[in-house]
Amino acid sequence: MIDNNLVKKCKEASKRMRINAIKMTHNVGNVGAHIGGALSMIEIMSVLYLGVMKYDIKNPLMEKRDRFILSKGHGVIAQYAALKEAGFLTDEDLLTFKQNETQLYAHPSMNLKMGIEFSSGSLGQGLSLGVGTALALKQKNNTSSRIFVLLGDGECDEGSVWEAAASANHYQLSNLVVIVDKNNLQYDGQTKEILSMDPLEEKWKSFGWKVLSINGHSEKDLLTALNSNSNVPIAIIANTVKGKGVSFMEDNVLWHNNRLTENQLIQAMEEQED
Amino acid sequence: MIEYKKSNIKLWSRLGSCGAFGFAANELAQTNDNVLMVTSDLCFYSGLDRFKSQYPNKLFNVGIAEQNMVGVASGLANEGFIPFATTYATFASARCADQVRVNMGYMNLNVKLVGLTAGLSVGILGPTHISIEDIAIIRSIPNIVILSPADCTETVKATIAASKIDAPVYLRLSGPMNNPIVYTDDYNFEIGKAITLIEGKDISIIATGTMVYNSLKAAEILKEKYSICASVINMHTIKPLDKNAVDMACESNLIVTVEEHSKIGGLGSAVSEYLSEKTNKPPQLILGLSDEYKHAGSYDYLIQQYGLTPEKIADNILKKYKNIER
Repeated sequence: MIDNNLVKKCKEASKRMRINAIKMTHNVGNVGAHIGGALSMIEIMSVLYLGVMKYDIKNPLMEKRDRFILSKGHGVIAQYAALKEAGFLTDEDLLTFKQNETQLYAHPSMNLKMGIEFSSGSLGQGLSLGVGTALALKQKNNTSSRIFVLLGDGECDEGSVWEAAASANHYQLSNLVVIVDKNNLQYDGQTKEILSMDPLEEKWKSFGWKVLSINGHSEKDLLTALNSNSNVPIAIIANTVKGKGVSFMEDNVLWHNNRLTENQLIQAMEEQED
Repeated sequence: MIEYKKSNIKLWSRLGSCGAFGFAANELAQTNDNVLMVTSDLCFYSGLDRFKSQYPNKLFNVGIAEQNMVGVASGLANEGFIPFATTYATFASARCADQVRVNMGYMNLNVKLVGLTAGLSVGILGPTHISIEDIAIIRSIPNIVILSPADCTETVKATIAASKIDAPVYLRLSGPMNNPIVYTDDYNFEIGKAITLIEGKDISIIATGTMVYNSLKAAEILKEKYSICASVINMHTIKPLDKNAVDMACESNLIVTVEEHSKIGGLGSAVSEYLSEKTNKPPQLILGLSDEYKHAGSYDYLIQQYGLTPEKIADNILKKYKNIER
């Protein structure tokens, strides 16, 4: 049974996180940021950090914590927004995003005290790290922690993703969960035009994973899927919209990485009001 | 406890560097619970069959997937384990260069990457399997320690030493089976500290890997035939480079570097980069593999072709030495 209060809590967090992602993008000025793919993963992040994962901000290295690996590193604005909700970061920290000497790089930089398990940015590498982490936890007899790896659907073009997917099944890593943020767009256009990986569900299934296909913007669906169990690794195909929540960004490839003008900021913020 | 007795030294030499590595791996499993092995379908080739049968839960064979191997090893390292990841040197350095760069370089994860058959020992398999660029590739990545043992005894020592430092390491294994023996007795091996094997005031030969043995032989030729005294320095750690050893070498009239690796980017380059900062220095001769892929051939054939036999090393040194003004 899904706790409705928890759904509400996650929804409220998603809303604040979307606002923060927009503010962070605006704050960096003309260099812009990877806002489109961050907005598609907002609900995934809010549900993981506020409804699913175990962690302790006072003891970030706690052995029994769940591990989160952002393989699609360019979406990190959404993770920073979630880390703020979780208490690892402050509003002031968020404003340092992409500034010189910040800890908040445009791609995550390993910082366990800040809740970032690994650096990423070079696509296709996070799932192998997840497999290694999952094997390590089994080796340590840590049966309570889970490992969540977030991939982009464009990222699934990388062959190394499938090397890792095969090994996760081979080692029956039931403590490993992949979430694919399937927003159907990549840098150069629609995934089906650049390199079609459909049917993505079938691919993960054929690699031996338990596959759940859900609405990646539904906190309720995400809570259900992320709390499900299996004796094989789980792949959650989260069907999302790139740029979700800002009308002029939605499903528009121009917002993979872009800057926000003052007028666009006003409009985007207005759209966040109920 | 590993015993550095004559029978073991002979055994390791017979096994070659991979077998010696496997021997050391077994020792490590007995003494350090955190040591694990990861391989990409080269368990047997890495000398790890005995390890696999004795410690089946400590070895992960990820199949022919080197990129995944480095990522998996990195995940294990981040959780406190000390994984050794083994594959051919060329795949370790070139095939998964980005994984090595991001995980071992940028994240500084405690992975020990083992490059098997570096140099020319699998020369008959052709340029896809020889590895003449691995040092150049990995040396350009920050944070990674590069070890290049001179013989199989040093391979054992370097493997154990690598497990004891909290740093990413590239362990470059080279040479054929029946690997020539440089060290006939136990000695002190310290990462980052070169070892002067013979003293000589005229020329300093700084060598690494298999070329340490050939350089010792070349020094003998220079002494016996031409009365030229050359020191031979075993630079088993290519990064960080032992700068003191290079400083000392500057007191001779010629510095020669010798390596079974491309002349571009390896030991010769590392020494040359350091020398470029100095004002009082002798000339340097870089001996190594020319910048080309030669026809496939046996190890001995290719060493001959590339001019790295003791005789050819001595000849080339002599030619250079005669032409320098003193």
